Amino acid sequence: MQIPHEVTARPDTGLYNAKLGIWLFLASEVMLFGGLFSAYIFLRMGAEDGYWPRGLLNVPVGAANTAILIASSVTVVLAWASLKMRKFSQYKLWMGISILCGALFLIVKLAYEWPQKFDHFGAFIKKDALEHYEQYLGNHHLKEKKLPPRVEISGHLHEVEIAADPAEKEKLEVFLKRHDLEAKPDEHDAKLQVVKGKHLTPGVVEDLKRVPGVKLIAFEVALDPINADPTNPESDKPHFWYKGATEKLGKIEVKDVESWSSFAPKHSTYFAVYFTITGLHGLHVLAGVLIMLYLWLPIEGGANMFKRNPEHLANRVEVVGLFWHFVDLVWIFVFPIFYLL
Amino acid sequence: MSPAHDHGKEATPGTAHEPATDGDHPHFDMHLGLYLGVGGFLLVATVITVWLSYVDFDKMFGGHGWNIIIAMIVASVKVGFVAAIFMHLKGEKKLIWQFLYFTMFFVAGLFLLTLLNYVDPIFGTTHAQH
Repeated sequence: MQIPHEVTARPDTGLYNAKLGIWLFLASEVMLFGGLFSAYIFLRMGAEDGYWPRGLLNVPVGAANTAILIASSVTVVLAWASLKMRKFSQYKLWMGISILCGALFLIVKLAYEWPQKFDHFGAFIKKDALEHYEQYLGNHHLKEKKLPPRVEISGHLHEVEIAADPAEKEKLEVFLKRHDLEAKPDEHDAKLQVVKGKHLTPGVVEDLKRVPGVKLIAFEVALDPINADPTNPESDKPHFWYKGATEKLGKIEVKDVESWSSFAPKHSTYFAVYFTITGLHGLHVLAGVLIMLYLWLPIEGGANMFKRNPEHLANRVEVVGLFWHFVDLVWIFVFPIFYLL
Repeated sequence: MSPAHDHGKEATPGTAHEPATDGDHPHFDMHLGLYLGVGGFLLVATVITVWLSYVDFDKMFGGHGWNIIIAMIVASVKVGFVAAIFMHLKGEKKLIWQFLYFTMFFVAGLFLLTLLNYVDPIFGTTHAQH
């Protein structure tokens, strides 16, 4: 069966089928992302002073990913123009670059940016205990400058102090062995033990907390620059150029902590909405890459269409291009609202 | 098959090797420069966005949230270029614009909802401190 208006435009609307379809789809996508962005506004406006973090994301990496998406938007439109000019080898080149750019974006996100967040540790301090941690928070200094207070201490977990029930000793030993960790008696308090090891991530500590007989007492953290030197004017408006944790160690008692976790969605409404929006955006990038790959490979319905019906292939590329530009367009808003503002 | 709305003017699909646009090579060549130009502009605008986030506009102008407003203006200009040139909305068919008017209306409604952070129209209270 031959479907009409696949290639040429309908005389009354001036549009071929797929173009009509993609624009209806994109209109619904605007509503989808619009809903999430307005959720972001609600969450941000509702956040108490100091509870909407700044400077936790890596700006150079985010900016590089922005540039990658912009570049791929250019190359996909060049791929379409090449087909319109019936230059097949140029089409293959530009489309190939677009696919690589999309894949590179995903690799940066999934292999570098997100895993780094899952290894990072943050603890929100209870309001009545903030004063005890003044040396890491610098709230007196911030108050003087009329800036919002600092309520979180973050960095990389160095060691964890625990109280372990001797009767459940074996279960703890099995756990430590499985995670390549070691426990030593605390120098200051014989009843306590100190757990250390290369693989001491917040996720592992959450599992450690669930081992029978184990009670978390304190965290020792290699502090982020902002907590290592909190009165440094450079940290007043947090730095966006990620410098990594410092060598300076800070101790946080679990009883003073309101909540602690890695920089995962449960960390805060900020990371919850960050992962929701960038996750959904990432799925769109993945979808775009797969469709572009389909149109690039020498298969029926893909690049092989060029010989049979080049205009039809050009239309398909135009439609995936429209989708791809939309993905780029969403990122143009995502980048400043999460990384910069 | 021949649907009622098919005016019969369409070239037989599947055989359109030489569509009307095929003779317009210079037309697309001309656009290549434009596409590269817009791409370059978008990259420069990204650098400007990052740079602007380091400027304290609240201190400069007084009040709150100037950095957000300015960053959103820059982002909107970027998005305008992507939509107008890359998505060729400039000169696009009327029907697509009609879809988009509806979408703009409803998405504006979504964002206006966030004003409820300030005003509760039901009980008539305001939350100016938030």
